[in-house]
Amino acid sequence: MNAKKESKKPPKDNLVHFSIDGRRVQAQPDWTILETARAHRLHIPTLCFHPAIHPWGSCRLCVVETRLNDKVEVTASCLTKPVAGLEVLTHSSRVMNVRRWVLEMLLAECPASREIKELAAQYGVTSTRFAILDPEEECLKCGRCVAVCHEVVGVQALTFGSRGVAKKLETPYRVPNNACIGCGCCVSVCPTGALQARLDTVRGDLSRRTGHGFAH
Amino acid sequence: MALSLLLIYGEKSKMREILMKTRPQDLDSILENYPRRPQHLIGVLQDVQAAFNYISPEHLARICDHVGVPVTQAWSVATFYKSFSLEPRGEHSIKVCLGTTCHLKGGERLAEACERDLGIERGQTTADQRFSLDTVKCVGACAEAPVVMVDEDYLGRASISSLKKEFKRR
Amino acid sequence: MKKIKNTAGLQTLRQTLLEAQDPEMPVVRVCLGPGCLALGAEKVARAFKSAVRNKKIKARVQPLIKGTGCHGFCSQGTLVSLSPANLFYVRVKPEDVAEIVATSLEQGRTVERLLYSDNGARYRSAAEIPFYRAQQKIILKNVGIIDPLDINDALMAGGYQSLAKVLTEMSPEEVLKTVEVSGLRGRGGGGFPTGYKWRRAADNARENPGPVYVIANGEEGDPGAFMDRSIMEGDPHKVIEGMIIGAYALGANQGYLFVRHEYPLAIHHFSIALRQARNRGLLGKNILGSGFDFDLQINRGAGAYVCGEETAIIASLEGRAGEPRTRPPYPAQEGLWGRPTVINNVETWANVPHIMEKGADWYTGLGVPHSTGTKIFSLVGKVKNTGLVEVPMGISLGALVEGIGGGVPGQTHFKAVQTGGPSGGIIPYELKEIFTDYHYHPEEFIAAKKEISVDFDSMAQTGSIMGGGGMIVMDDHDCVVDVARYFLRFLEEESCGKCLPCRLGLKGMLEFLNRFARGQGSPEDIDALESLGQALVDGSLCGLGRAAPNPVLTSIRFFRDEYLAHIVDHKCPAGVCRDLISYQIDPETCNGCGLCAQECPEACITGKKKKLFTIGQEACIRCGVCQDVCPVQAVQVA
Repeated sequence: MNAKKESKKPPKDNLVHFSIDGRRVQAQPDWTILETARAHRLHIPTLCFHPAIHPWGSCRLCVVETRLNDKVEVTASCLTKPVAGLEVLTHSSRVMNVRRWVLEMLLAECPASREIKELAAQYGVTSTRFAILDPEEECLKCGRCVAVCHEVVGVQALTFGSRGVAKKLETPYRVPNNACIGCGCCVSVCPTGALQARLDTVRGDLSRRTGHGFAH
Repeated sequence: MALSLLLIYGEKSKMREILMKTRPQDLDSILENYPRRPQHLIGVLQDVQAAFNYISPEHLARICDHVGVPVTQAWSVATFYKSFSLEPRGEHSIKVCLGTTCHLKGGERLAEACERDLGIERGQTTADQRFSLDTVKCVGACAEAPVVMVDEDYLGRASISSLKKEFKRR
Repeated sequence: MKKIKNTAGLQTLRQTLLEAQDPEMPVVRVCLGPGCLALGAEKVARAFKSAVRNKKIKARVQPLIKGTGCHGFCSQGTLVSLSPANLFYVRVKPEDVAEIVATSLEQGRTVERLLYSDNGARYRSAAEIPFYRAQQKIILKNVGIIDPLDINDALMAGGYQSLAKVLTEMSPEEVLKTVEVSGLRGRGGGGFPTGYKWRRAADNARENPGPVYVIANGEEGDPGAFMDRSIMEGDPHKVIEGMIIGAYALGANQGYLFVRHEYPLAIHHFSIALRQARNRGLLGKNILGSGFDFDLQINRGAGAYVCGEETAIIASLEGRAGEPRTRPPYPAQEGLWGRPTVINNVETWANVPHIMEKGADWYTGLGVPHSTGTKIFSLVGKVKNTGLVEVPMGISLGALVEGIGGGVPGQTHFKAVQTGGPSGGIIPYELKEIFTDYHYHPEEFIAAKKEISVDFDSMAQTGSIMGGGGMIVMDDHDCVVDVARYFLRFLEEESCGKCLPCRLGLKGMLEFLNRFARGQGSPEDIDALESLGQALVDGSLCGLGRAAPNPVLTSIRFFRDEYLAHIVDHKCPAGVCRDLISYQIDPETCNGCGLCAQECPEACITGKKKKLFTIGQEACIRCGVCQDVCPVQAVQVA
């Protein structure tokens, strides 16, 4: 249907014409679906996306269902670029299934976070079936702080250690890191405020700070 | 070529000797083998792990200087991959295979028996630094399941009693 | 070693080598594959060698002893084959060597007791044995025949002939076209068309000139699979040759062999093979005088299953933690250092020289439409003939497991097959009867076979995948809940932890299954688990997470009854799940030896010597040690 309309009246601009939840939208050539949605004031939830850093695609709350001809996919809207004629559904049952489960699991992972509780409640998730390991935890390991420190500040004061379920936000040998310049960018981009409490585990002795990324 | 012949003749101690000689034993000569580029981080870490059985904080700092990466990146790499250890490992490594076939044929029981016998949990080293116990996901000898690797030897169709004997022998 | 200057030089060298061979010289091939090594093959090889070295053999011509790659029939190891006598000895122990030397090598007679026998029949040569007879060895043709540490052996067996043909007779475009027409699909698991991948990379390289890279994925992490390992150890030159041909087609000058670190022998064999190929002028600058430069480098994996994923390999090669990134862009567009990169599985690369040698038409004649060629499987688990088999695609599952595998040993029944490792599924045996949806196959094919066909598309229809080729046979004593739980535990440990559905979801699914294994939960929980599994399939970032629920989803689909037995009846029908079973000593069988009481870690077995022993159920931790040590199998699961 869309294709027919477009063949009748070919767009003169170099914008990508597609639809989100039935609404016709236009995207600049390098925009992602999420950016297009935001430009059109359509809401897609996300915890790890931040305009200051490269999209990382870790929280998967921004997943949407895309349809093109016979191909139906569920993808992360923060990483996917639209193509002409694409149909995007932001609240299909498959999408909602992913979001609800992720939020229910997050309630167990970061039980102390007010932000996550509120977001989960918006999706009707108010309790969790999963085991709570640390009732004080707020960090969801979304990676915003690591990315902003590397990409924007230009130092790598903090990183992820270990992998999988053991993955932790930490500094080498878990001691404060003199590479940290104490700028607080990580705190400001944190979606849950988890870094507020642990900033001192990252920033080291002010007098010995060199501000150089390779300092040990 | 000579090396492989020794393997076939089974002269393992000699082979190890040769390997030790060809494999640099101090950090400087390991670093010499690698150009100063970030992509060699994993290679250097592997050689250091092989030579010293673990990666000490001093070595990690010097490796970072050499290949030009921040310590944070080296930390995330060294903790991500399973073959690196940041603490000293035991003299002999015991790896109980928990591949699918070994699982079906009782590998989990073997691992538990080792834990009881050595008095440590998997991933740990005995107090006398003699043995380190680990589990691995398939060593590719499934036809002989359950398999335990002690150092570089494969023990096929392993049982609790054959393992105990093996520990005593070492 | 002299450098070969051109293709004519290669033919001359091969001719000279072949002529130097004495056709009467006895050759003893001792299998040094992983299975035989675990049974002490090294000692057998050593015994043969020392017999030759000490001139103990009173024969006209002294035999040549070769250590070779895997012969495939691992359950009968150590395997020894003798040519030209064409004898095949199984279960050879070091103490049998003297007899083989005296009888076969000196007198030319057969040691009857070391021949393979089954159902009363004895088989003299490998080709007669049912396990080998039904196979079609193409990729494994040289594995187990040649000495992988000697390039001359590979050259005599026809190694690098395809390379010579490609460099002199074919343009890069023709090579690409041949691979496309052959229908070759990636052997690593996904089954992505190789030609399409290459074409995309070549197109991208043309639009955006600069270096192109080729990578062989030897990070064979699937538990229960060792196909790649045996190719790398047994015939490393075939992989190298395939990669040079691919590099020629794509215009790449640098390649990487990414090998799992648990395979030290494969790394060792590759490094020797690379050195010999370089010395022979088959690798490096101006290969065979064609003006084409290409070199290879070995990179050891550092221990992460997720590094079987192509974007994670790239991260690892660049010196970072092996976290996958989203695709697109695919590696063929932006791969290593942002340049077009082709990553293929080791087995895929090993197919390439054969396709070049015999042509795409020959290749499409093997297997079935859309799944051409042969595939290597590692047939393991509760099956009589365990080992490595190579069969044409489209063979029926029954023929593979019961024909070649010889069925399930003992009194138990063939229950299911697990294929594709942690990303695959559990296919029940009954499915081989009822699963007849062959929409890809021609009519006569359907008429001929009413069983599930082993090819990429038919396997995908069951909800499983063909995967790398691991095929684990399960019988009545294997619990599907336990196996599904095993795979989840495996993946939970191997997940990189980048995206939430995979990191939290696997942990969450495991919580459900742990409850089931304890006999807790409700039937609604099974539905919840299915829905959570679907969330992982839809929501995860990379293939690992997207395929991770497969073992759970397929086992629920085909074995819901067994799940219900755990939850509703609190019973584990297979007698595996610890919280639902107890160990008992059968008073009829117990001979009162007391070994169980001696070995019991909880000291909860009591009794007097020569009298019946009993297990104290309150203290019993169900470790199963008593069952393992009992010499008369009196300890039973109730």
